[in-house]
Amino acid sequence: MSDFAVEANDIVRTFNDGGVQALKGVSLRVPRGEVFGLLGPNGSGKTTMVRILSTILSPTSGSATVDGFDVVKHPDEVRRRIGLAGQYATVDENLTGYENLRMIGSLNHLDKDYVISRAKSLLDEFGLSDAANRNVKTYSGGMRRRLDLGAALVANPPILFLDEPTTGLDPQSRQDLWTIIENLVEGGTTVLLTTQYLEEADRLCKQLVVLDKGSIIAQGTSQELKTQLGATVLSLTFHSTGDAARGVELIRDVSAKPANVEGTVVELTVEGGPAAAADALRRLDAAHVSLAGLTLREPSLDDVFLNLTGHKADDDVTPSDDAPTSIRKARA
Amino acid sequence: MTVTTTETIHASKSSLRWAVSDVLTIARRNMLAIIRIPTALVFSVLQPIMFVLLFRYIFGAGAIKVNIPGGYVNYLIPGIIVQTTIFGAVGTAIGLAEDLQRGLIERFRALPMARMAVLAGRTVSDLGRNVLVLVIITLVGFAVGFRPHGGFVNYVVACLITLLFAYCLSWGFAYIGLAAPNSEAAQAMTFPLIFPLTFASGIFVQVSKMPGWLQGFATYQPVSEVTKAVRYLMDGSNVLIPSAGNSVWVAILWSVGLIAILGPLATAKYKKVA
Repeated sequence: MSDFAVEANDIVRTFNDGGVQALKGVSLRVPRGEVFGLLGPNGSGKTTMVRILSTILSPTSGSATVDGFDVVKHPDEVRRRIGLAGQYATVDENLTGYENLRMIGSLNHLDKDYVISRAKSLLDEFGLSDAANRNVKTYSGGMRRRLDLGAALVANPPILFLDEPTTGLDPQSRQDLWTIIENLVEGGTTVLLTTQYLEEADRLCKQLVVLDKGSIIAQGTSQELKTQLGATVLSLTFHSTGDAARGVELIRDVSAKPANVEGTVVELTVEGGPAAAADALRRLDAAHVSLAGLTLREPSLDDVFLNLTGHKADDDVTPSDDAPTSIRKARA
Repeated sequence: MTVTTTETIHASKSSLRWAVSDVLTIARRNMLAIIRIPTALVFSVLQPIMFVLLFRYIFGAGAIKVNIPGGYVNYLIPGIIVQTTIFGAVGTAIGLAEDLQRGLIERFRALPMARMAVLAGRTVSDLGRNVLVLVIITLVGFAVGFRPHGGFVNYVVACLITLLFAYCLSWGFAYIGLAAPNSEAAQAMTFPLIFPLTFASGIFVQVSKMPGWLQGFATYQPVSEVTKAVRYLMDGSNVLIPSAGNSVWVAILWSVGLIAILGPLATAKYKKVA
């Protein structure tokens, strides 16, 4: 048995006969029993990676194993060991919550009595008992996601793929899902999670990789990445764009990272927040450039991307090949 | 919220039995949807009844005349039986397009189920709905004066031939559902096929009353052949069409030929898009 729950070697995936390169040689090693994060903006290739690892798509080149089984050569062995849930909450709207779990259990070839009791306990654990016999059509977004996750868990898979599990959810539903995921990992499940949110990766993932345009641009523990990325963003608002242009020249070497100018706002990723802020203020004061505002904040994914790639997360993103084929078509 | 982990119990069956079980699971789920979506129910049950009433009491009240024993109603009902089962195949296209659009087929793809169960389950559930529709049309038909003379066994055989043909044809509609970008488009794509097949046929009127340029197509296209066969079996004494008995074999040949071509086409499409 492989030491890793998931291992991917140099995965390449192209679409439209090579016209779109969604993944350009991605390698991963996901240790057992922890949450591993794939962080990246829309179109970075996260979902394509999950679809390949869950045997939905085959890679154009490269190889991957899940729980020791090759995703191309032994897809059924892989399918017996994984659960898949995600942002599209692919539950059947015309069935009740209970029926959805029964159906997935049956398609997982599980014993009928086991499925019945498993479905009931999952609905109970995810706070869906009251809605168990209602059509999913009547469920809220958060309820659908929990049911979707429940469906992924019916067969008790050792490895769980969660594709943007909290995208579009309200804060309470997001917290609920995070708690569920943490409990699962405590129980020994390995989770591979994709997210656009640094906060989510930070809270859940022990290790993560950052994907951009189909390539890994950074990897490590969340702490390592934060240090690498710069822990704080210093945001300065000037009175005019002219001031901003003068100001950015004055404070440029406060940080080794590139500054981002947008109108009258200059943003700089800095290592020691307060000290850097004081340094910047001194320089501006000495040159008699006054400020309209100053804030220090945690870096967002945009900042991470700006620092790692020199471009913003939503810049120049090719039409997303991330969504399932059909959903992509529906949007087009 | 805690998640308990319990021992997973896999049931043991042979892979063939699992494949059958998967097909039935998917078919059952589709049948539940047909019952629960009011529009689907209207589409599959009420619409055929409307057609019976429309042609029996409006067009058939005098505007359309067919000179056979029992009058137009005896001509009409076997035709309506064929027409409604073919209209039902539209549901195959819509259902598959919807599953694809919602990402459900993706989820199925990540399960250790028989891969073909999605297509087979869909066509089987549509077959089930057609059985229901046939029963309803038979009841409504009798209520509006349909009196076939072919006997019970022939009637059942006629229904089986209709179901066989509609089932084989539904694989073509499965292809359309898989090729369509969404369910609305799937529905729109089926109409240019459904209309000539059902209306430029012997279902509602005699082909000999159609313009000359249309008669060739209308006489030999498969739906006309199936209709001929069904009429022959149900009413036995259909003197309007000589050699109608052959059409039973022609209908079966068409069905086998269609599924031999459409089955692999739909399967290949499914592998490509899903």
